Amino acid sequence: MEVVRLRVNGDERVCGVPAHYTLLETLRYGLGLTGSKQGCDKGDCGACTVIVDGRAILSCITPVWEAEGREVRTVEGLARGTEPHPVQDEFDLNGAAQCGFCTPGILCSSVALLDRNPTPTREEIRAALAGNLCRCTGYAKIYDAVEAAATRVGGEARRPDGAGPGPAPKRTPARGVGV
Amino acid sequence: MLRLPPFRYHRPGTVDEAVALLGEFGTEAMPIAGGTDLMPNMKHRLFTPAHVVSLRGIGAMRGIEVVGGRGAGSATPAPGTEKVLRIGALETLANVAAHPLVRRHFPGLADAAGLVAGPQLRNMGTIGGNVCLDTRCTYYNQTSFWRSALGYCLKKDGTVCHVTGVGRKCVAAHSADTPPNLVALGASLTLAGPHGERIMNASDFFVTDGIWNTRREPDEILTGITIPIATGRRSAYRKLRQRNSIDFPLLSVAVAGDFEETGTVKRLTGVVSALGARPRVLAGWSELAVDGRLDGATIDALAQRAHAQCRPLDNLIVDAEWRRAMVPVYVRRALEELTES
Repeated sequence: MEVVRLRVNGDERVCGVPAHYTLLETLRYGLGLTGSKQGCDKGDCGACTVIVDGRAILSCITPVWEAEGREVRTVEGLARGTEPHPVQDEFDLNGAAQCGFCTPGILCSSVALLDRNPTPTREEIRAALAGNLCRCTGYAKIYDAVEAAATRVGGEARRPDGAGPGPAPKRTPARGVGV
Repeated sequence: MLRLPPFRYHRPGTVDEAVALLGEFGTEAMPIAGGTDLMPNMKHRLFTPAHVVSLRGIGAMRGIEVVGGRGAGSATPAPGTEKVLRIGALETLANVAAHPLVRRHFPGLADAAGLVAGPQLRNMGTIGGNVCLDTRCTYYNQTSFWRSALGYCLKKDGTVCHVTGVGRKCVAAHSADTPPNLVALGASLTLAGPHGERIMNASDFFVTDGIWNTRREPDEILTGITIPIATGRRSAYRKLRQRNSIDFPLLSVAVAGDFEETGTVKRLTGVVSALGARPRVLAGWSELAVDGRLDGATIDALAQRAHAQCRPLDNLIVDAEWRRAMVPVYVRRALEELTES
């Protein structure tokens, strides 16, 4: 066992891990952050996507030592307190999750996209999510959700006073969601 | 769940330290940059190094910049004074794909870097790692459990090739996207090893052995890539794959040409890959294209000549005959892009 020091979702975390642990194994089995999913576990599916220094990466093939000294953000760190991130909120409103296994990774890819590009086109959204596989085949609603979130995040970016996000648009939840 | 085999992780800060570590641990050590190829391969037990030497902390291996150009005023600059683009081997594929200098001078290379795998892997994977990517094959890139069922293969732990059924030659496919472009563009590669630095043409870097398809020694590190910049040079890349969002190439075509302002071709190179263990420079293109225009008839002739030279094997997951039939189609598409630029 060796001691690894990570900065995860703004917190300094210290953890004992075997030297050959991946970042994903450390998050899930060392720190109890099981939101990031272990899918193919070899870099194909995107379920383990987390954000490191602002970029979406695959934690299942990242040696844990590569994350030391860098800013790691997981699905657990997307919400502001009890306020969900606009992408999370829009996933709910648009019914963008079915089984939900791919959702944490897609949320991270989406947030990494919007942090760099608050006003993406639908094509840019598709490109940014190309490395996240959803086997329930829900891509259309996922793109809808990210597009809707972008109008809120992008609106925030465009607000001259730079103050917080605008209110969530009033909308009837998609059928079958939240019922 | 796929566990990594145990290893110790080293984080040198300079090329010299990294080379020393690789020398010290010999065959027990492997270098890692983005890790997008090595980590899955280690999970499949294709490599089980006891020591993994990370290159990520080596600042000297980063950066994309234009250097040289002192002889820009004269028609034929003196050797060593040509304007070149230097790309540090640690630059991620995402950076290479988006970098304005790469996009401006070598659009084919930028497109290729942007077509590697998916976005997360391009954020992690480096251009140096892409150049040194291991070859791939249906019978090789599988878990240890899967491979044990049929019996191991020539490339790893076995004595037979399950693709050809005969012979001692490994036919695993070169599957990296950037090297065909680097070969077509006349790039050179800088390698650092225990005896210092050496520079090699990208076209000399690859060999036809699928087991180890480069001239890089195991204790050497690819530190940088240098590509000559020439006026009137155009480049394009086309890639055939199963899923356009994430997959390795089943066939790749890189073309680069020098054009006069009138549109006359001064030089034309075509490189195909993913068919064998190394990128292949298409023969006989100059006589068809140089001093003429790249019109429809010329493109057809070039595409047919490419088709005649390419005979893929059943080393990847789809039908080899179909991949062969796609050669003229993809060559034509790449060449048509040159005429549009």
